[in-house]
Parts: sequence; structure tokens; C-alpha cells
Amino acid sequence: MKSHRPRSLALVLLLVAAAGRGHGQAPVPRLASGKPDFNGLWQALGNAHWDLEAHEARAALQLQPGQVIPVPASPVRALGAVGAVPSGWGVVVGGEIPYTATARAQRDENRAKYLERDPEIKCYLPGVPRATYQPFPFQIVQSDKHVMMVYEYAGAVREIYLADPGPAEVDSWMGQSVGRWVADTFVVESTGFNGSAWFDRAGNFHGSSLRVVERFSPAGRDHIWYQATMTDPETFTRPWTIRMPLYRHIDPNARLGQFKCVEFVEELMYGHLRKKPIQ
Amino acid sequence: MPRFSMLMAAALAAAGSLAAQSGRVPRTPDGKPDLQGNWSNATLTPIERPAGRGPTLTAQEAAIAEGRTKARTDSLSRPSDPNRGAPAKGGVSLGDPRLDAASGGTGGYNVFFIDGGDRIAVVNGEARSSLITRPANGRVPPRTGQARERLAAMRTSQFGPYDNPENRPLAERCILSFGSNAGPPMLPNYFYNNNYTIVQTPGMVVILTEMVHDARMIRIGDGPRLPQGITPYMGDSWGRWVGDTLVIETSNIHPAQAVGLYGMSSKARVTERLVRTDERTILYSFTIDDPETFTEPWGGEVPFNRLDARVYEYACHEGNYALANVLSGARDEERRKATEEKKP
Repeated sequence: MKSHRPRSLALVLLLVAAAGRGHGQAPVPRLASGKPDFNGLWQALGNAHWDLEAHEARAALQLQPGQVIPVPASPVRALGAVGAVPSGWGVVVGGEIPYTATARAQRDENRAKYLERDPEIKCYLPGVPRATYQPFPFQIVQSDKHVMMVYEYAGAVREIYLADPGPAEVDSWMGQSVGRWVADTFVVESTGFNGSAWFDRAGNFHGSSLRVVERFSPAGRDHIWYQATMTDPETFTRPWTIRMPLYRHIDPNARLGQFKCVEFVEELMYGHLRKKPIQ
Repeated sequence: MPRFSMLMAAALAAAGSLAAQSGRVPRTPDGKPDLQGNWSNATLTPIERPAGRGPTLTAQEAAIAEGRTKARTDSLSRPSDPNRGAPAKGGVSLGDPRLDAASGGTGGYNVFFIDGGDRIAVVNGEARSSLITRPANGRVPPRTGQARERLAAMRTSQFGPYDNPENRPLAERCILSFGSNAGPPMLPNYFYNNNYTIVQTPGMVVILTEMVHDARMIRIGDGPRLPQGITPYMGDSWGRWVGDTLVIETSNIHPAQAVGLYGMSSKARVTERLVRTDERTILYSFTIDDPETFTEPWGGEVPFNRLDARVYEYACHEGNYALANVLSGARDEERRKATEEKKP
């Protein structure tokens, strides 16, 4: 794995380390053990959840051919500007996701058939790393012996094992995560994915052989530099990396909300099975 | 807090400090009893005491009950005869109403899946005949008139008809776990997946119920409560340490979750107490104050036993073919009935 790491990554790591020191920020809180204390509510800002790659704003998540240019697909037309996709400068180091040719075609098809394919539409579990940068907060609960990440979206949860239990016994949406400390960086390696989760709302996807290595590096009290490297030879020609800051919710009353979206998608998924379907 | 609960709190705090004096409970770096790890509250002891029983079982009675369960599990775990014929129409009884309800005796869920508990609950050395200990008869106290009406309405709307997904129970919709598993109070479901993971910091205790990945976020301290009308499924919980006892107070429980526990209302206040009594046990006790529903407060004790196994992802909704099948089955039945009625 190490031999595949692009050289630019070393630079990124240096920058990340530098960012952690500067700007006169409050010092990194620490547990009694001396490890950085990440306890709290965190959230990514920005537009990675729409599309990890650089993209212009567009009229809707799914378009259909128009008489002059593509227009919003009929099912989302009523949302108007609210249903439009904001632009994003991209969070992929190096700019593009290195898909194989087949996988790129599948990504494009995913995008064209977005409404029927994005697992988020059905409130399915978000997978990793998508859970981190969805437009919802997540909470890190960290003691010396346990680390749990609890996500507002769909009430998703993952325990980060601090002792490696060996290969994942079952495939899952959120995978099996094992964490270790490398100096002040919490490095989380996740495998055992079922291959059904996506990366964003732009059809970017992966297979079940995905391995994700995330790095949570403190940058002062209220910021974490987050980085995730994806390896999946079925889907990508080489490992690739995203990076973005995570921001602490500093309101002392901030708390994780409930977004159990299962009930919100019942009309979409089961509405046709009602005794009296809604027209 | 009613005097009843105060007395209980005092008694339990005393129990907690006794456990602590024995000195063998693990502690966190800030000196609190360490509740972390994986736990199970599966048990053979029912929530309510069967009629005609005393509060405890003799050692012999407990051994007989546990032996009966083991014998049935062993017998049903034997390899199936690959040449057996189809089960009779309507299924074959497996000798346990829970097994029969789950599979209709046709093999839907067998004992490989079902893990409803194989031990009688033992508290303070007593084998218990019910998890409820207050009132003294071990049974849910009588309901108020208002509560009886609410329950009747529930039966015709929430847990009865097959007309809409919203009419089905929360567990069938993959919104929360069976029964009162996710709580509060967190009670065994007598079926499967009675597993919990606890992670604890000075400011927060997370209790994750394996089914359906329901994480209760219990803040330690005191702060603003949610306004009336904001009702997360598992309510609004604050925790505090009273000696070595973690006391959790919860209000604002979602009406659909609350009503599943003997018709409790969303105005109920649930007090839970967790005491690490030894290396392998947390004694969990609960008190329900819900004057709109019950004629007196009630509660009980449930041992949470260390689970020497991992807790897995419970992705329920993602594979919920049952809800669609339940609804489409009802539609099919309606069509058949309509066809029958048209026949001369």
C-alpha cells in the first residue's frame, strides 16, 4: 500500500502538520493518556457531499434532455432552485478520481439514473468515507479504550476497534474499522464493505474490495484535517485521496439531532402498496 | 421526584457503594465505574410475574427452567433430515410460542437465529420470577381510564391494520428494535439481538442497541430539556453519577415508542440506574413515572451480562423485504376477497 502512495501525499501531510500548529488556535485538548481528545460534534462544510470532484453548479440532481439544453428531470422539477446542485472546487487530491474505463462508464450511468440509484435516496446506510462529509453533524465519543462515531444521518454508527480483530467476518455498509495512533493522528483503516454505498450525490461509487485509510489530524481545538485514501483495484487504477477540514460545533448546547429517515422514504418505497395509494 | 423514587435512589446508591467497596469493579481514568463494553440483557425471566408465583425461584426451579430451554435448543439444533417432506400446511409447532410465531413452524427462523436468553435473571443472589419488582406483585400496575382508551386507539391505528406502512409496528418498519429493547427502559425482547455496546467518557455515555443500530446519547450533567412536542424516539436523556451509580433521567419519549411499553405515554419520566456490580455484570434498574397511564410508579431490575462476542452492523431497512411483502400480501388478500364476493 505504501509503495503506491503518490509523492504529493507526503507534501499534503507536511501541510496538514503545519496547519495544526499555526493561526494562534487554542491548543489541542488531550485525554489523560496524552492522546488528542476528539470528543465532540463535528461537521464538514463545503460541497463534497454533492460531488467529490470539482464541478459547476447545475440545475438538478437528475436532468433530462430539453429542447435547448438539459433541464431538471420531471420528478424534481417542482423544487426549483432548492433542488439545484451548488458548485464545488473538489476535494480529490490531484483533481480526478482515477476510475478504470469500465467504472467511469458506470459512474456516468449512475449520474444519469441518479434518482433510482443513489442509496441516500432510500435512506440506506452511508458507508465510509461518505458518512463523514454528509451535510449532517457526527459525534466522536472517545475514551482510552473505545472510539465510537455516531452520525446524525440515518442514525449510522461505527465502532472503531482499537485492537485489530482480524479480517471482517461479514460484509457491511459501514465496514469494519480499526484505529491506531500515529503521533497525534488517528489513523482508521476500514475494510469489509458490501460495495453498495456511494461516495456522493454524483454517482461516484466503489466495489466491495474497497479499503479506506482515514487520517484524523488535530489542527487546534476546533478543527481536524480529515484525509481518506481509497484503494479498490476493481474500480480504480490507483489509490486516491480526498482531504478536507472538519469543524467542531462550538455551541455548548449543540447536540446530535435525530434524522431517522427510514420513515421519510416509506411513501417513496411502499406508497404503491397502500390500501388507497395517494395519487 | 416522588418519595418512592427517592427511597429507591437511596437504596440503589447504597447498593452501588457496596459494590464499589468490594473494590473489584474496573474504573475509568476519572475514577468512575467503567461500564464500557458489550452486554446482553437476554434472560428467561419474564418482565411480568406469572400468576401464582412468588418473587423468587428456588435453585432447583431455576435449574429446571434453564435445563428445559437447553434441552429444546439442543434438540432443535440437530441436523435436519435432508429427505424430510414439506411441513404440514400451517406449519409444525416447535413447542415454543415464540418459535412458532417467528416461523409458523415452517423453518423461517430456527434456533440458530433465535437467542432469547437461556438463564434466569439473578439479582443479589436471588433467582427472580419477574423483572418487575415494584409493585411487589411483580406486575404492571392497573392503567388509568385515559390510558385504556389510548391503548384501544393504538390497536386500531398503529399496530393493527395492514393498510399503510405507518400502521405497522416500529420494528417491522426497521425504525427501532423489538419491544422496548432500545428503551428507555431497555428491556429484553425474548427473541434475539438483546445486545448493547456502552462507550463512556466524562461528558457522555453512549448506549448502542445492536438492533436497529440505535445509539442513545446520554449527556452527563444538566442542561436545557427539549420543549414539549419534540420527541426523539428514545427521548431526551441526561445522566449523572450518584456515588458509583449512573442515574439516567429521560423524558420526551416518542409516543410511538412509549406506547409499545404497556401503553406508556410520551409524558412518562423514566429513571434508569446502572451499577457495575462485578467484572461480568451491570445491574440495570428502572422506574417509570407516568401518572397519565399507570395508577402508580413501577419498575424493576435486569442484569446486563458481559457479552463475550462482537456487536455487528444491524442494517435492517436496507434489506426490509418483509414490510413490502406484508403490505402486498394484504392487497392480494383484498383482491381475492373481492373476487370471491363477485362469485354467485
